[in-house]
Amino acid sequence: MLERAPDAATTKARREVPFRGAGFQNKRIWLAGPIVFIALLGFWELGSRTGVISPIALPAPSEAMGALSDLVETGMLWRHLEASLTRLVAGWTIGTVCGIAVGLSIGLFSLARAGLAPLVSALFPIPKIALLPLFIIWFGIGEGSKIATIAFGTFFPTVIATYGGVDNVDRTLIRMGQSFGLPWRSVVRKIILPGALPSILSGARISASIAIILLVAAEMIGAEYGLGAYILMAGSLFALDQLIAGVAMLSIIGLCVGWLIGRAECRLLDYRT
Amino acid sequence: MDLIAQNISHRYDDTAVLSDISFSLGAGEIVAIIGPSGCGKSTLLRFLGGLERPTEGAVYVEGEPPAGSLNPITFVFQDFALLPWRTAEGNVRLVLEDHPLSAGERNEIVADVLARTKLSDFAGAWPRQLSGGMKQRVAIARALSVNPAVMLMDEPLSALDSQTRELLMDDLVDLWGRERFSACYVTHNLAEAVRLGHRILVLSRRPGQIKDVVEIDIPLPERENHAAELAPIERRLWTMMREEARAADRELIDA
Repeated sequence: MLERAPDAATTKARREVPFRGAGFQNKRIWLAGPIVFIALLGFWELGSRTGVISPIALPAPSEAMGALSDLVETGMLWRHLEASLTRLVAGWTIGTVCGIAVGLSIGLFSLARAGLAPLVSALFPIPKIALLPLFIIWFGIGEGSKIATIAFGTFFPTVIATYGGVDNVDRTLIRMGQSFGLPWRSVVRKIILPGALPSILSGARISASIAIILLVAAEMIGAEYGLGAYILMAGSLFALDQLIAGVAMLSIIGLCVGWLIGRAECRLLDYRT
Repeated sequence: MDLIAQNISHRYDDTAVLSDISFSLGAGEIVAIIGPSGCGKSTLLRFLGGLERPTEGAVYVEGEPPAGSLNPITFVFQDFALLPWRTAEGNVRLVLEDHPLSAGERNEIVADVLARTKLSDFAGAWPRQLSGGMKQRVAIARALSVNPAVMLMDEPLSALDSQTRELLMDDLVDLWGRERFSACYVTHNLAEAVRLGHRILVLSRRPGQIKDVVEIDIPLPERENHAAELAPIERRLWTMMREEARAADRELIDA
Protein backbone atom coordinates (compact mmCIF):
# COMPACT_ATOMS: atom_id res chain seq x y z
CA MET A 1 0.00 0.00 0.00
CA LEU A 2 3.03 2.20 0.12
CA GLU A 3 3.18 2.81 -3.59
CA ARG A 4 -0.24 4.30 -3.89
CA ALA A 5 -0.79 6.47 -6.92
CA PRO A 6 -1.67 10.01 -5.94
CA ASP A 7 -5.38 10.46 -6.24
CA ALA A 8 -7.30 13.66 -5.91
CA ALA A 9 -7.57 13.46 -2.14
CA THR A 10 -3.85 12.89 -1.47
CA THR A 11 -2.45 15.33 -4.04
CA LYS A 12 -4.44 18.03 -2.42
CA ALA A 13 -2.94 17.35 0.97
CA ARG A 14 0.62 16.40 -0.04
CA ARG A 15 3.45 18.89 0.39
CA GLU A 16 7.12 18.38 0.75
CA VAL A 17 8.42 18.88 4.27
CA PRO A 18 10.30 22.19 4.10
CA PHE A 19 14.07 21.93 4.65
CA ARG A 20 14.97 23.83 7.79
CA GLY A 21 18.42 22.52 8.58
CA ALA A 22 20.49 25.00 6.54
CA GLY A 23 23.21 27.25 7.90
CA PHE A 24 25.15 27.33 11.16
CA GLN A 25 27.91 25.22 9.65
CA ASN A 26 31.33 26.40 8.67
CA LYS A 27 32.34 25.48 5.18
CA ARG A 28 35.82 26.05 3.85
CA ILE A 29 35.82 28.60 1.08
CA TRP A 30 39.39 29.13 -0.01
CA LEU A 31 39.21 31.97 -2.48
CA ALA A 32 36.90 34.35 -0.63
CA GLY A 33 39.60 35.76 1.68
CA PRO A 34 42.14 36.66 -1.03
CA ILE A 35 39.38 38.00 -3.31
CA VAL A 36 38.08 40.38 -0.63
CA PHE A 37 41.64 41.48 0.05
CA ILE A 38 42.53 42.07 -3.59
CA ALA A 39 39.21 43.77 -4.33
CA LEU A 40 39.74 46.17 -1.44
CA LEU A 41 43.25 47.02 -2.63
CA GLY A 42 41.90 47.44 -6.18
CA PHE A 43 39.21 49.91 -5.12
CA TRP A 44 41.71 51.79 -2.99
CA GLU A 45 44.16 52.07 -5.91
CA LEU A 46 41.35 53.08 -8.27
CA GLY A 47 40.12 55.69 -5.80
CA SER A 48 43.60 57.17 -5.47
CA ARG A 49 44.21 57.26 -9.22
CA THR A 50 40.90 58.91 -10.00
CA GLY A 51 41.37 61.44 -7.21
CA VAL A 52 38.41 60.30 -5.10
CA ILE A 53 40.86 59.54 -2.29
CA SER A 54 43.16 62.49 -1.70
CA PRO A 55 46.88 61.55 -1.59
CA ILE A 56 47.17 63.66 1.58
CA ALA A 57 44.56 61.56 3.35
CA LEU A 58 45.75 58.15 2.19
CA PRO A 59 48.56 57.22 -0.20
CA ALA A 60 47.80 54.73 -2.95
CA PRO A 61 48.79 51.11 -2.38
CA SER A 62 51.23 51.41 -5.26
CA GLU A 63 53.03 54.22 -3.42
CA ALA A 64 53.24 52.12 -0.29
CA MET A 65 54.63 49.31 -2.46
CA GLY A 66 57.16 51.79 -3.76
CA ALA A 67 58.22 52.65 -0.22
CA LEU A 68 58.48 48.97 0.55
CA SER A 69 60.65 48.28 -2.49
CA ASP A 70 62.89 51.19 -1.48
CA LEU A 71 63.31 49.45 1.84
CA VAL A 72 64.19 46.20 0.12
CA GLU A 73 66.67 47.86 -2.24
CA THR A 74 68.51 49.76 0.46
CA GLY A 75 68.60 46.61 2.56
CA MET A 76 67.00 48.46 5.46
CA LEU A 77 64.00 46.11 5.50
CA TRP A 78 66.13 43.22 6.72
CA ARG A 79 67.74 45.40 9.39
CA HIS A 80 64.33 46.48 10.71
CA LEU A 81 62.86 43.02 10.42
CA GLU A 82 65.83 41.41 12.11
CA ALA A 83 65.68 43.81 15.05
CA SER A 84 61.90 43.41 15.42
CA LEU A 85 61.79 39.65 15.01
CA THR A 86 64.62 39.16 17.51
CA ARG A 87 62.71 41.14 20.12
CA LEU A 88 59.46 39.44 19.26
CA VAL A 89 60.87 35.92 19.45
CA ALA A 90 62.88 36.58 22.61
CA GLY A 91 60.04 38.35 24.45
CA TRP A 92 57.35 35.94 23.36
CA THR A 93 59.45 32.89 24.22
CA ILE A 94 60.33 34.16 27.69
CA GLY A 95 56.73 35.21 28.37
CA THR A 96 55.27 31.95 27.10
CA VAL A 97 57.70 29.64 28.88
CA CYS A 98 57.29 31.45 32.20
CA GLY A 99 53.54 31.70 31.62
CA ILE A 100 53.17 27.98 31.04
CA ALA A 101 55.28 27.23 34.13
CA VAL A 102 53.27 29.54 36.38
CA GLY A 103 49.96 28.47 34.80
CA LEU A 104 50.83 24.81 35.40
CA SER A 105 51.68 25.41 39.03
CA ILE A 106 48.44 27.34 39.54
CA GLY A 107 46.60 24.45 37.90
CA LEU A 108 48.38 21.79 39.95
CA PHE A 109 48.95 23.23 43.42
CA SER A 110 46.22 24.69 45.59
CA LEU A 111 48.70 26.95 47.37
CA ALA A 112 49.95 28.44 44.10
CA ARG A 113 46.36 28.95 42.98
CA ALA A 114 45.36 30.67 46.20
CA GLY A 115 48.46 32.87 46.14
CA LEU A 116 49.01 33.65 42.49
CA ALA A 117 45.66 33.53 40.70
CA PRO A 118 44.38 36.79 42.25
CA LEU A 119 47.72 38.45 41.49
CA VAL A 120 47.46 37.40 37.85
CA SER A 121 43.92 38.75 37.66
CA ALA A 122 45.10 42.02 39.16
CA LEU A 123 48.09 42.48 36.87
CA PHE A 124 46.65 41.17 33.60
CA PRO A 125 44.50 44.24 32.79
CA ILE A 126 47.34 46.73 33.33
CA PRO A 127 48.46 48.00 29.91
CA LYS A 128 52.11 47.02 29.79
CA ILE A 129 52.84 50.08 27.65
CA ALA A 130 52.06 52.20 30.68
CA LEU A 131 54.82 50.42 32.54
CA LEU A 132 57.40 51.02 29.82
CA PRO A 133 59.18 53.79 31.75
CA LEU A 134 59.49 51.39 34.69
CA PHE A 135 60.89 48.69 32.45
CA ILE A 136 63.39 51.17 31.05
CA ILE A 137 64.62 51.92 34.57
CA TRP A 138 64.74 48.23 35.49
CA PHE A 139 66.08 46.70 32.29
CA GLY A 140 67.82 49.62 30.57
CA ILE A 141 66.92 51.63 27.51
CA GLY A 142 68.38 48.98 25.19
CA GLU A 143 66.96 45.59 24.27
CA GLY A 144 66.12 44.65 27.84
CA SER A 145 63.14 46.95 28.33
CA LYS A 146 61.69 46.09 24.91
CA ILE A 147 61.95 42.35 25.45
CA ALA A 148 60.59 42.73 28.98
CA THR A 149 57.52 44.63 27.73
CA ILE A 150 56.71 41.87 25.26
CA ALA A 151 57.48 39.14 27.78
CA PHE A 152 55.19 40.67 30.42
CA GLY A 153 52.46 41.20 27.86
CA THR A 154 52.49 37.56 26.73
CA PHE A 155 53.02 36.12 30.20
CA PHE A 156 49.57 36.82 31.65
CA PRO A 157 47.32 35.51 28.87
CA THR A 158 49.50 32.40 28.74
CA VAL A 159 49.12 31.83 32.49
CA ILE A 160 45.35 32.11 32.24
CA ALA A 161 45.11 29.88 29.17
CA THR A 162 47.35 27.27 30.78
CA TYR A 163 45.59 26.91 34.09
CA GLY A 164 42.22 27.06 32.36
CA GLY A 165 43.45 24.17 30.21
CA VAL A 166 44.67 22.21 33.24
CA ASP A 167 41.32 22.73 34.97
CA ASN A 168 39.54 21.33 31.95
CA VAL A 169 41.52 18.10 31.73
CA ASP A 170 39.14 15.19 32.14
CA ARG A 171 39.38 14.07 35.79
CA THR A 172 38.66 10.46 34.88
CA LEU A 173 41.86 10.39 32.82
CA ILE A 174 43.85 11.55 35.84
CA ARG A 175 42.09 8.94 37.99
CA MET A 176 42.95 6.35 35.37
CA GLY A 177 46.63 7.32 35.50
CA GLN A 178 46.62 7.08 39.29
CA SER A 179 44.84 3.74 39.22
CA PHE A 180 47.65 2.32 37.10
CA GLY A 181 50.19 3.61 39.58
CA LEU A 182 51.68 6.24 37.26
CA PRO A 183 54.11 8.46 39.16
CA TRP A 184 53.14 12.11 39.63
CA ARG A 185 55.49 13.44 36.97
CA SER A 186 54.09 11.00 34.40
CA VAL A 187 50.53 12.03 35.18
CA VAL A 188 51.55 15.66 34.60
CA ARG A 189 53.64 15.04 31.50
CA LYS A 190 51.53 12.43 29.76
CA ILE A 191 47.99 13.29 30.83
CA ILE A 192 47.68 16.85 32.13
CA LEU A 193 50.03 18.66 29.73
CA PRO A 194 48.67 17.08 26.53
CA GLY A 195 45.16 17.62 27.86
CA ALA A 196 45.83 21.32 28.42
CA LEU A 197 47.65 21.74 25.11
CA PRO A 198 44.66 22.85 22.98
CA SER A 199 43.97 25.64 25.44
CA ILE A 200 47.67 26.60 25.67
CA LEU A 201 47.85 26.82 21.87
CA SER A 202 44.80 29.03 21.58
CA GLY A 203 46.35 31.17 24.29
CA ALA A 204 49.50 31.36 22.17
CA ARG A 205 47.45 32.76 19.30
CA ILE A 206 46.23 35.59 21.49
CA SER A 207 49.59 36.24 23.14
CA ALA A 208 51.33 36.40 19.74
CA SER A 209 49.02 39.20 18.63
CA ILE A 210 49.56 41.01 21.91
CA ALA A 211 53.32 40.61 21.40
CA ILE A 212 53.16 42.32 18.00
CA ILE A 213 51.12 45.20 19.40
CA LEU A 214 53.57 45.67 22.25
CA LEU A 215 56.55 45.37 19.92
CA VAL A 216 55.60 48.56 18.13
CA ALA A 217 54.92 50.37 21.38
CA ALA A 218 58.26 49.30 22.84
CA GLU A 219 60.18 50.24 19.72
CA MET A 220 58.77 53.73 19.76
CA ILE A 221 61.14 54.58 22.59
CA GLY A 222 64.86 54.53 22.03
CA ALA A 223 65.07 52.12 19.15
CA GLU A 224 67.22 52.82 16.12
CA TYR A 225 66.01 49.87 14.08
CA GLY A 226 62.81 47.89 14.10
CA LEU A 227 59.45 48.17 12.39
CA GLY A 228 58.05 50.21 15.28
CA ALA A 229 60.87 52.73 15.02
CA TYR A 230 60.43 52.88 11.26
CA ILE A 231 56.68 53.48 11.57
CA LEU A 232 57.21 56.13 14.24
CA MET A 233 59.78 57.93 12.09
CA ALA A 234 57.52 57.76 9.03
CA GLY A 235 54.64 59.05 11.11
CA SER A 236 56.52 62.02 12.48
CA LEU A 237 57.63 62.96 8.94
CA PHE A 238 54.10 62.39 7.64
CA ALA A 239 55.60 59.98 5.10
CA LEU A 240 52.33 58.14 4.82
CA ASP A 241 53.51 55.75 2.12
CA GLN A 242 56.26 54.51 4.45
CA LEU A 243 53.84 54.34 7.34
CA ILE A 244 51.48 52.13 5.34
CA ALA A 245 54.42 49.98 4.20
CA GLY A 246 55.52 49.47 7.80
CA VAL A 247 52.03 48.64 9.00
CA ALA A 248 51.64 46.18 6.11
CA MET A 249 54.84 44.46 7.25
CA LEU A 250 53.42 44.10 10.77
CA SER A 251 50.26 42.58 9.45
CA ILE A 252 52.31 40.16 7.34
CA ILE A 253 54.24 39.16 10.47
CA GLY A 254 50.92 38.62 12.22
CA LEU A 255 49.67 36.43 9.36
CA CYS A 256 52.88 34.38 9.40
CA VAL A 257 52.73 33.86 13.16
CA GLY A 258 49.09 32.85 12.93
CA TRP A 259 49.94 30.41 10.18
CA LEU A 260 52.82 28.94 12.18
CA ILE A 261 50.59 28.39 15.19
CA GLY A 262 48.00 26.83 12.90
CA ARG A 263 50.68 24.43 11.65
CA ALA A 264 51.68 23.65 15.22
CA GLU A 265 48.05 22.90 16.05
CA CYS A 266 47.77 20.54 13.09
CA ARG A 267 50.94 18.79 14.17
CA LEU A 268 50.36 18.56 17.90
CA LEU A 269 46.61 18.01 17.85
CA ASP A 270 46.52 15.64 14.88
CA TYR A 271 44.56 13.12 16.96
CA ARG A 272 41.48 15.33 16.86
CA THR A 273 40.52 15.11 13.21
CA MET B 1 46.02 -12.69 46.24
CA ASP B 2 42.74 -12.01 48.05
CA LEU B 3 41.07 -8.65 48.38
CA ILE B 4 39.18 -8.06 51.61
CA ALA B 5 36.78 -5.25 52.42
CA GLN B 6 36.20 -4.91 56.13
CA ASN B 7 33.32 -2.98 57.69
CA ILE B 8 33.35 -0.21 55.13
CA SER B 9 31.10 2.75 55.85
CA HIS B 10 31.17 6.06 54.13
CA ARG B 11 29.42 9.39 54.33
CA TYR B 12 29.61 12.59 52.33
CA ASP B 13 28.88 15.41 54.76
CA ASP B 14 25.57 14.33 56.27
CA THR B 15 24.58 11.70 53.73
CA ALA B 16 25.48 8.14 54.58
CA VAL B 17 26.49 6.42 51.35
CA LEU B 18 27.66 2.99 52.43
CA SER B 19 27.11 1.21 55.68
CA ASP B 20 29.14 -1.64 57.10
CA ILE B 21 30.12 -3.58 54.00
CA SER B 22 32.36 -6.61 54.37
CA PHE B 23 33.24 -9.23 51.80
CA SER B 24 36.26 -10.89 50.30
CA LEU B 25 37.30 -11.68 46.78
CA GLY B 26 39.31 -14.86 46.22
CA ALA B 27 41.70 -15.69 43.41
CA GLY B 28 40.00 -16.44 40.12
CA GLU B 29 36.64 -15.36 41.41
CA ILE B 30 34.27 -12.82 39.87
CA VAL B 31 32.05 -11.00 42.31
CA ALA B 32 29.29 -8.94 40.74
CA ILE B 33 27.91 -6.03 42.71
CA ILE B 34 24.44 -4.86 41.79
CA GLY B 35 22.23 -2.25 43.32
CA PRO B 36 19.92 0.64 42.47
CA SER B 37 21.44 3.84 41.13
CA GLY B 38 23.04 6.01 43.77
CA CYS B 39 23.63 3.14 46.20
CA GLY B 40 27.38 3.72 46.23
CA LYS B 41 28.54 0.76 44.13
CA SER B 42 31.07 2.78 42.18
CA THR B 43 32.26 4.48 45.37
CA LEU B 44 32.80 1.06 46.91
CA LEU B 45 34.89 0.07 43.91
CA ARG B 46 37.05 3.16 44.27
CA PHE B 47 37.70 2.21 47.89
CA LEU B 48 38.72 -1.27 46.79
CA GLY B 49 41.21 0.20 44.34
CA GLY B 50 42.60 2.80 46.74
CA LEU B 51 41.38 5.79 44.73
CA GLU B 52 39.31 7.06 47.65
CA ARG B 53 39.29 6.44 51.40
CA PRO B 54 36.18 5.32 53.32
CA THR B 55 35.19 7.16 56.49
CA GLU B 56 35.27 3.88 58.39
CA GLY B 57 36.67 0.45 57.73
CA ALA B 58 39.49 -0.54 55.45
CA VAL B 59 40.43 -2.63 52.45
CA TYR B 60 43.18 -5.23 52.77
CA VAL B 61 45.03 -7.55 50.43
CA GLU B 62 46.14 -10.93 51.64
CA GLY B 63 48.87 -12.97 50.00
CA GLU B 64 51.29 -12.01 47.29
CA PRO B 65 50.25 -10.94 43.80
CA PRO B 66 51.38 -13.30 41.03
CA ALA B 67 54.98 -12.84 39.93
CA GLY B 68 55.28 -10.27 37.16
CA SER B 69 52.16 -8.38 38.17
CA LEU B 70 52.97 -4.73 37.53
CA ASN B 71 49.76 -3.31 38.98
CA PRO B 72 47.99 -5.90 41.15
CA ILE B 73 44.73 -3.94 41.44
CA THR B 74 43.64 -2.57 38.08
CA PHE B 75 40.56 -0.64 37.01
CA VAL B 76 38.42 -0.84 33.90
CA PHE B 77 36.27 2.27 33.66
CA GLN B 78 32.78 2.76 32.32
CA ASP B 79 33.80 5.57 29.98
CA PHE B 80 36.98 3.73 28.87
CA ALA B 81 39.35 6.53 30.02
CA LEU B 82 41.54 6.34 26.93
CA LEU B 83 43.88 9.21 26.20
CA PRO B 84 42.59 10.72 22.94
CA TRP B 85 46.11 11.81 21.99
CA ARG B 86 47.49 8.30 22.03
CA THR B 87 46.76 5.49 19.61
CA ALA B 88 45.35 2.17 20.83
CA GLU B 89 48.89 0.88 21.16
CA GLY B 90 50.07 4.10 22.82
CA ASN B 91 47.32 3.84 25.40
CA VAL B 92 48.50 0.37 26.35
CA ARG B 93 52.11 1.53 26.36
CA LEU B 94 51.29 4.38 28.73
CA VAL B 95 50.90 2.07 31.71
CA LEU B 96 54.14 0.18 30.95
CA GLU B 97 56.42 3.15 30.40
CA ASP B 98 57.10 3.75 34.08
CA HIS B 99 58.08 0.17 34.81
CA PRO B 100 61.66 -1.03 34.42
CA LEU B 101 61.15 -3.17 31.33
CA SER B 102 63.37 -3.49 28.29
CA ALA B 103 62.06 -2.18 24.98
CA GLY B 104 61.78 -5.74 23.79
CA GLU B 105 59.73 -6.87 26.78
CA ARG B 106 57.47 -3.87 26.41
CA ASN B 107 56.84 -4.51 22.71
CA GLU B 108 56.16 -8.15 23.48
CA ILE B 109 53.57 -7.32 26.16
CA VAL B 110 51.83 -4.75 23.92
CA ALA B 111 51.68 -7.10 20.94
CA ASP B 112 50.46 -9.92 23.19
CA VAL B 113 47.59 -8.07 24.87
CA LEU B 114 46.46 -6.51 21.60
CA ALA B 115 46.36 -9.97 20.06
CA ARG B 116 44.46 -11.36 23.05
CA THR B 117 41.79 -8.68 22.69
CA LYS B 118 41.75 -9.07 18.88
CA LEU B 119 43.04 -5.56 18.34
CA SER B 120 46.29 -6.25 16.48
CA ASP B 121 44.97 -4.67 13.29
CA PHE B 122 43.95 -1.51 15.12
CA ALA B 123 47.17 -0.84 17.03
CA GLY B 124 47.70 2.47 15.23
CA ALA B 125 44.11 3.73 15.41
CA TRP B 126 43.16 6.85 17.38
CA PRO B 127 40.44 6.40 20.01
CA ARG B 128 38.08 8.67 18.04
CA GLN B 129 38.28 6.22 15.13
CA LEU B 130 37.18 3.28 17.29
CA SER B 131 33.65 2.24 18.18
CA GLY B 132 32.60 2.05 21.82
CA GLY B 133 33.16 -1.69 21.96
CA MET B 134 36.62 -1.38 20.45
CA LYS B 135 37.52 1.37 22.89
CA GLN B 136 36.55 -0.80 25.82
CA ARG B 137 38.61 -3.64 24.32
CA VAL B 138 41.59 -1.27 24.25
CA ALA B 139 40.92 -0.43 27.89
CA ILE B 140 40.75 -4.15 28.72
CA ALA B 141 44.00 -4.74 26.80
CA ARG B 142 45.58 -1.96 28.83
CA ALA B 143 44.36 -3.57 32.04
CA LEU B 144 45.68 -6.98 30.99
CA SER B 145 49.09 -5.57 30.06
CA VAL B 146 49.98 -4.94 33.71
CA ASN B 147 49.03 -8.51 34.57
CA PRO B 148 46.59 -7.67 37.36
CA ALA B 149 45.68 -9.95 40.24
CA VAL B 150 42.32 -8.25 40.63
CA MET B 151 40.35 -6.29 38.04
CA LEU B 152 37.91 -3.72 39.30
CA MET B 153 35.34 -3.17 36.58
CA ASP B 154 33.03 -0.20 36.96
CA GLU B 155 30.05 -0.82 34.69
CA PRO B 156 32.43 -1.64 31.84
CA LEU B 157 29.65 -2.43 29.37
CA SER B 158 27.09 0.20 30.33
CA ALA B 159 28.15 2.74 27.72
CA LEU B 160 27.75 0.21 24.91
CA ASP B 161 24.78 -0.83 22.81
CA SER B 162 23.19 -4.16 23.61
CA GLN B 163 24.72 -6.12 20.71
CA THR B 164 28.23 -4.93 21.46
CA ARG B 165 27.58 -5.72 25.10
CA GLU B 166 26.73 -9.33 24.26
CA LEU B 167 29.87 -9.71 22.16
CA LEU B 168 32.10 -8.20 24.79
CA MET B 169 30.53 -10.35 27.49
CA ASP B 170 31.44 -13.43 25.44
CA ASP B 171 34.95 -12.04 25.11
CA LEU B 172 35.20 -11.56 28.87
CA VAL B 173 34.02 -15.11 29.51
CA ASP B 174 36.60 -16.43 27.02
CA LEU B 175 39.26 -14.32 28.61
CA TRP B 176 38.39 -15.57 32.09
CA GLY B 177 38.55 -19.13 30.75
CA ARG B 178 42.15 -18.53 29.74
CA GLU B 179 43.44 -16.18 32.41
CA ARG B 180 41.34 -16.93 35.51
CA PHE B 181 41.61 -13.35 36.68
CA SER B 182 39.62 -12.32 39.70
CA ALA B 183 37.32 -9.37 39.33
CA CYS B 184 34.90 -7.17 41.11
CA TYR B 185 32.25 -6.30 38.56
CA VAL B 186 29.94 -3.41 39.33
CA THR B 187 26.85 -3.23 37.17
CA HIS B 188 23.21 -2.30 37.21
CA ASN B 189 22.48 -4.84 34.52
CA LEU B 190 21.19 -8.08 36.06
CA ALA B 191 21.85 -10.12 32.90
CA GLU B 192 25.53 -9.20 33.07
CA ALA B 193 25.63 -10.07 36.75
CA VAL B 194 24.19 -13.57 36.32
CA ARG B 195 26.32 -14.17 33.25
CA LEU B 196 29.67 -13.19 34.77
CA GLY B 197 29.35 -13.40 38.54
CA HIS B 198 30.34 -16.38 40.64
CA ARG B 199 28.84 -14.48 43.50
CA ILE B 200 26.43 -11.59 43.29
CA LEU B 201 26.26 -9.01 46.06
CA VAL B 202 22.95 -7.19 46.12
CA LEU B 203 23.22 -3.75 47.67
CA SER B 204 20.27 -1.89 49.13
CA ARG B 205 19.50 1.71 48.29
CA ARG B 206 21.41 4.49 50.04
CA PRO B 207 23.01 3.96 52.49
CA GLY B 208 24.19 0.85 50.64
CA GLN B 209 24.25 -2.34 52.65
CA ILE B 210 24.71 -5.90 51.50
CA LYS B 211 21.14 -7.11 51.26
CA ASP B 212 21.84 -10.56 49.92
CA VAL B 213 24.56 -12.70 48.40
CA VAL B 214 23.60 -15.02 45.57
CA GLU B 215 25.99 -17.75 44.48
CA ILE B 216 25.76 -19.32 41.05
CA ASP B 217 27.45 -22.69 40.64
CA ILE B 218 27.21 -23.03 36.86
CA PRO B 219 30.71 -22.55 35.36
CA LEU B 220 31.01 -19.34 33.34
CA PRO B 221 31.66 -20.85 29.91
CA GLU B 222 28.57 -23.07 30.20
CA ARG B 223 26.16 -20.38 31.29
CA GLU B 224 25.14 -19.54 27.76
CA ASN B 225 23.45 -22.94 27.53
CA HIS B 226 21.79 -22.72 30.91
CA ALA B 227 19.47 -19.84 30.23
CA ALA B 228 16.62 -21.79 31.86
CA GLU B 229 18.44 -22.01 35.19
CA LEU B 230 19.69 -18.43 35.07
CA ALA B 231 16.35 -16.84 34.28
CA PRO B 232 14.80 -17.56 37.71
CA ILE B 233 17.92 -16.20 39.44
CA GLU B 234 17.70 -13.04 37.40
CA ARG B 235 14.02 -12.75 38.27
CA ARG B 236 14.75 -13.27 41.95
CA LEU B 237 17.39 -10.55 41.84
CA TRP B 238 14.94 -8.23 40.16
CA THR B 239 12.20 -8.81 42.76
CA MET B 240 14.82 -8.10 45.40
CA MET B 241 15.90 -4.94 43.67
CA ARG B 242 12.59 -3.64 42.42
CA GLU B 243 11.44 -2.23 45.72
CA GLU B 244 14.86 -0.74 46.37
CA ALA B 245 15.03 0.79 42.91
CA ARG B 246 11.57 2.23 43.25
CA ALA B 247 12.34 3.68 46.66
CA ALA B 248 15.67 5.06 45.40
CA ASP B 249 13.84 6.66 42.50
CA ARG B 250 11.37 8.34 44.84
CA GLU B 251 14.18 9.48 47.11
CA LEU B 252 15.84 11.31 44.26
CA ILE B 253 12.62 13.17 43.54
CA ASP B 254 12.13 14.08 47.21
CA ALA B 255 15.70 15.29 47.62
